[in-house]
Amino acid sequence: MEFLRPTSWGEALAAKADAPGAVPIAGGTDVMVELNFDKHRPEALLDLNRVGELATWSEEEDGRLRVGAAVPYARIIGELGGRLPGLAMAARTVGSPQIRNRGTVGGNLGAASPAGDSHPPLLAADAEIEVESAARGTRMIPAGEFYTGVKRSALAPDELIRAFHVRPAEGPQQFSKIGTRNAMVIAVCSFGLALHPSDQRIGTGIGSAAPTPRRAFEAEEYAAGELDWAGRSPLDERVARRFGELAARAAAPIDDVRGTAEYRLHALSVMARRTLTWAWKDYLNGGATACA
Amino acid sequence: MRVNFTVNGVEQTADDVWEGESLLYVLRERVGLPGSKNACEQGECGSCTVYLDGTPVCACLVAAGQAEGREVRTVEGLADGERLDPIQEAFVECGAVQCGFCTPGLLVQAHDLIERVPEPSDPEIREALAGNLCRCTGYEKILDAVRLAAARKAEAGR
Repeated sequence: MEFLRPTSWGEALAAKADAPGAVPIAGGTDVMVELNFDKHRPEALLDLNRVGELATWSEEEDGRLRVGAAVPYARIIGELGGRLPGLAMAARTVGSPQIRNRGTVGGNLGAASPAGDSHPPLLAADAEIEVESAARGTRMIPAGEFYTGVKRSALAPDELIRAFHVRPAEGPQQFSKIGTRNAMVIAVCSFGLALHPSDQRIGTGIGSAAPTPRRAFEAEEYAAGELDWAGRSPLDERVARRFGELAARAAAPIDDVRGTAEYRLHALSVMARRTLTWAWKDYLNGGATACA
Repeated sequence: MRVNFTVNGVEQTADDVWEGESLLYVLRERVGLPGSKNACEQGECGSCTVYLDGTPVCACLVAAGQAEGREVRTVEGLADGERLDPIQEAFVECGAVQCGFCTPGLLVQAHDLIERVPEPSDPEIREALAGNLCRCTGYEKILDAVRLAAARKAEAGR
């Protein structure tokens, strides 16, 4: 096994092109577990900790935030919690403080587990993933097209994840997750929601209840049409309930060690109903963004 | 491969390190610092918590090569010579140590909390220690110890 230590993005891309089987490692919170238990022995580890730019974020000219793939969860919470409240809520549920100090959204994307906590808020907020290869340059992949199967993504073997791009919240965002305790929990299932008041739209993301994280399109369209965006009248409980049913209908869960498919469907409908209720309440209170 | 890093202020060189090895293994088996405990090897239990460039992390989830050129502080580096750190004293006084296996990780994590948050509330203490498991389930005494150490630190700062 080799340990590759690029010190710039260009070197990292060159290394990945030379050794497509190299496994990128940043926080190590997923990769090292596989190594410690000898589940996987890659030809090389590609350490991204020395590529400084991956741990930075910036405001882009298009108004979006560009967040480096290796910015750890703790900094997403601390530095971006106000502008990316949905992602920050999800980040707070990741592992433990030690894990949040190391774990990254880039790693969550690279692993592409259907249970990854970042995915629902990225889907709900229309995030795009910036990936790059030495041979073909940069491409932007919408979150909705990034996940292609259980632990599979649209990332090519010679590509690396550089950043994700996302608009700062222009409306309330929520995240809800089911687990057996608050800390150190892989989601039984989870749900992310974002209100986009300027185009009277709702974004959603379902976690851990289908082969990939996915949006609940029918639920989004239904609620967007039923909500009184301009008049700001309270949410009809029947609408919230129907929204929950439609969100669950978008899922395709399985029975596994963490829960049954039936439980997941029920839990999703409850989480969708509650997150819409909370977010709409924030919206009525004039909250442009939920508090961090 | 060879890994050069600083542990508790002392420069160390570890040789014949396997590329997939963890920082925890290097600390325990190559540098001779067995204070950080090896329990779950998947970041669940917090027993291997060390400072990496001043940030608490699970040493089992840091690849050895990632520690190259970095500063690590382990539980062995908390005391000042023979004088225990206040958090260590508080653990002893409060009976927060039972079998002792979780203690090193808890000490480092609690040390960091008190450094960052001078007078932590109970929810803040619980959240900070949420990734450290004590299977003797002596959590109440551990909370007592953290409260005591925090109170003493706040008192000393006044």
